[in-house]
Amino acid sequence: MAETLIELAGVTRRYGARPALDDVDLSVRRGEFVALVGGSGSGKTTLLKTINGLIRPDAGIVRVAGRPVAEVDGPDLRRGIGYVFQDVGLFPHLTVAGNIAVTPRLLGWDAGRIAARVSELLELVALPAEMAGRAPAELSGGQRQRVGVARALAAEPALMLMDEPFGALDPLTRDALGDDYRALHDRLGLTTVMVTHDMGEAVLLADRLVVLASGRVVASGAPAALLAEAPTEEVRELLDAPRRQAERLRGRFGV
Amino acid sequence: MSPQLAEAFRLLPDYLGWHVLLSASALVLGVAISVPLAVAAARSPRVRWPALAGASLIQTVPALALLALFYPVLLAISALSEATLGRGFSALGFLPSLLALTLYSMLPILRNGVAGLTGIDPAIIEAADGVGMTRAQRLWRVELPLAAPVIMAGVRTAAVWTVGAATLSTPVGQTSLGNYIFAGLQTENWVFVLFGCAASATVALAADQLLGLAETGARRRRPILVAAGLGGLALGVALSLSPFAVRGQGAVYVVGAKNFSEQYILAELMAERLEATGARVTRREDLGSAVAYRALAAGEIDVYVDYSGTLWTNVLGRSDNPGREAVLSALTTELRRRDGVTVLGSLGFENAYAFAMRGERARALGITDLDGLARASPRLALGSDLEFLSRPEWRAVDGAYRFAFRSRRSYQPTFMYRALASGDADVISAFSSDGRIAAGGLVVLDDPRGAIPPYDAVVLISPRRADDARLTGALRPLIGAITVEAMREANLSVDRDRDKATPAQAARALKLVLTN
Ligand SMILES: Nc1ncnc2c1ncn2[C@@H]1O[C@H](COP(=O)(O)OP(=O)(O)O)[C@@H](O)[C@H]1O
Ligand SMILES: [Mg+2]
Repeated sequence: MAETLIELAGVTRRYGARPALDDVDLSVRRGEFVALVGGSGSGKTTLLKTINGLIRPDAGIVRVAGRPVAEVDGPDLRRGIGYVFQDVGLFPHLTVAGNIAVTPRLLGWDAGRIAARVSELLELVALPAEMAGRAPAELSGGQRQRVGVARALAAEPALMLMDEPFGALDPLTRDALGDDYRALHDRLGLTTVMVTHDMGEAVLLADRLVVLASGRVVASGAPAALLAEAPTEEVRELLDAPRRQAERLRGRFGV
Repeated sequence: MSPQLAEAFRLLPDYLGWHVLLSASALVLGVAISVPLAVAAARSPRVRWPALAGASLIQTVPALALLALFYPVLLAISALSEATLGRGFSALGFLPSLLALTLYSMLPILRNGVAGLTGIDPAIIEAADGVGMTRAQRLWRVELPLAAPVIMAGVRTAAVWTVGAATLSTPVGQTSLGNYIFAGLQTENWVFVLFGCAASATVALAADQLLGLAETGARRRRPILVAAGLGGLALGVALSLSPFAVRGQGAVYVVGAKNFSEQYILAELMAERLEATGARVTRREDLGSAVAYRALAAGEIDVYVDYSGTLWTNVLGRSDNPGREAVLSALTTELRRRDGVTVLGSLGFENAYAFAMRGERARALGITDLDGLARASPRLALGSDLEFLSRPEWRAVDGAYRFAFRSRRSYQPTFMYRALASGDADVISAFSSDGRIAAGGLVVLDDPRGAIPPYDAVVLISPRRADDARLTGALRPLIGAITVEAMREANLSVDRDRDKATPAQAARALKLVLTN
């Protein structure tokens, strides 16, 4: 069994009196692909941000590669972790290439290496090379999300945190990019924690699902195992959603 | 081209150079202080409130008062530094102007800086943290570039304000385009006033347009436009300052003047005599009456003309009148002893308070002196300038002659003379060297009881120039050389409505009628 890369123990984060995360324990092994699922406001984004130190927990401890996040230098830690934001957050004053090159520049890569990396990533996220000089404002929502993924991958991180990375893409591109990403994950031996509200995507891509509700982890396990022995009705409903949808579709199409 | 316009153009390189140097320095300093302050204020509400409130408060102080207030403050600091460190600095001219204008430029930059920085989408700030930027990297690579167009708009506003307000640095002794305006207003030389306004407006517009170009460049992310705007601005500043670079070397004398025609003329007269010896001369004109003596004593100006009665009451605090000669000799020893100031001597004329009547009216009433005036006073109306009736001179004269005028009215000087001409006033409080006395056929009434203190025009020399042979050599020939008639003629040529001369022209004409 591979070593533990991420470990959360008793992590609590409150906004006012309400906890966004409530005594969360979670560990992710190196190489694992974990999907974080749960209703809106269940604490998925908050959990993801505690892993790279963007949010500091009020209680509990977060460790990455065995070292407590609270004790390492934040910027240093984050340069080694790819992060895709839910609202993308591209820098409007930089071109597509400038956005992708941001973390490599912070790490002091030389210009040649950065240029090569930028074209490699544009190809990977299926954007034409001439997009490199465009401003983010000149891109579609889906194109922006791909640039966001490319930016997160740019500095060759071993760990990727992705917050609904394919949300604004059309279904076909979403499936294709999801599959491409999963292949990349396997090829590079990445560790990925991906937030998604698309249960089908989660089931198809992830090794393990972690279900959040009201800031608590209510279920965790491989998709098939979870479906077989869902601990509560609520979790079963959530997990069952793709199958119900598939059945309804089949009904409509009359197959 | 009219002589006034020609004179205005002759002065332009000096005035423009100083104006641009002052405005540009104040703006650079304003940006250097305001942008970091805006960054701190954007990050912390505890800094934001006092910073913005302070800058707004400064804006509510009239610019002229702000400039004037820095003089005594700097003078005190300079004295303190002299006492503790053994070195003072000039509290007059460039430094107070620079500080006041810098403060004045801060509000728009600060306000726009805070608005620009706090207005950035929080998602972008978080993305900057997320990709691994430190706080400093986030500031330089994300926050400042994104706030740049808004900050540039603030700098642009500040530039226009600063260039405009720089005209107000003239009264604290800093040469600027305001010299045209202040001198023009005093001597009613409207060519000068308009020339000064137009020149200052042109500088402001040019700065506004070039910074506008840079702002557009920042907004559209076109570095070439930013470079063009800022480069054009730098070039303009360099060109304006170029006359300073080619200027000859040598001793620099600073000639001071208070803010009325006679002072401008005498300052020009002294300056030209000094320049004839090959010396470089700067002029500090439009000094407040109280500022001038202190500036001289502090060595910030080297020479200016004051009046014995003014020094007697204001500097020595005396209210008695021992007579013209006694006042002069007492001043000569006392000013030397107290402040190290040299009284070089009297120019030969007085500029005293004087009671003047129209010639035929005085003859018709048989009035030749103040005793006669007092006897006739119940039937007569007195016109005075705005401050005379509240001055000690009036109390002294009234006490000595016991006037009982039918009415007493205060006027602006120009209107006081009109009131006398129209018969609304029978007698006015004039200045004895005023050119309008001779021009209007007025007679000055004698003061047989010696109630009005003597006001001999005297040349004063600063302590550090006391033994400067070149200075005293150049100016000594002026002592006793100017009659009151000659001075009146010169003043009139500047004060009259038509055929106005500039102070420099009047000084050249006066030079021809010196009595030695
Ligand atoms: N900065 C914040 N201030 C106040 N409440 C917050 C903040 N961020 C998140 N929350 C609250 O915490 C809870 C969890 O938020 P989040 O982690 O964003 O949920 P999810 O990503 O699962 O939709 C929500 O109720 C949300 O309103
Ligand atoms: Mg979320």
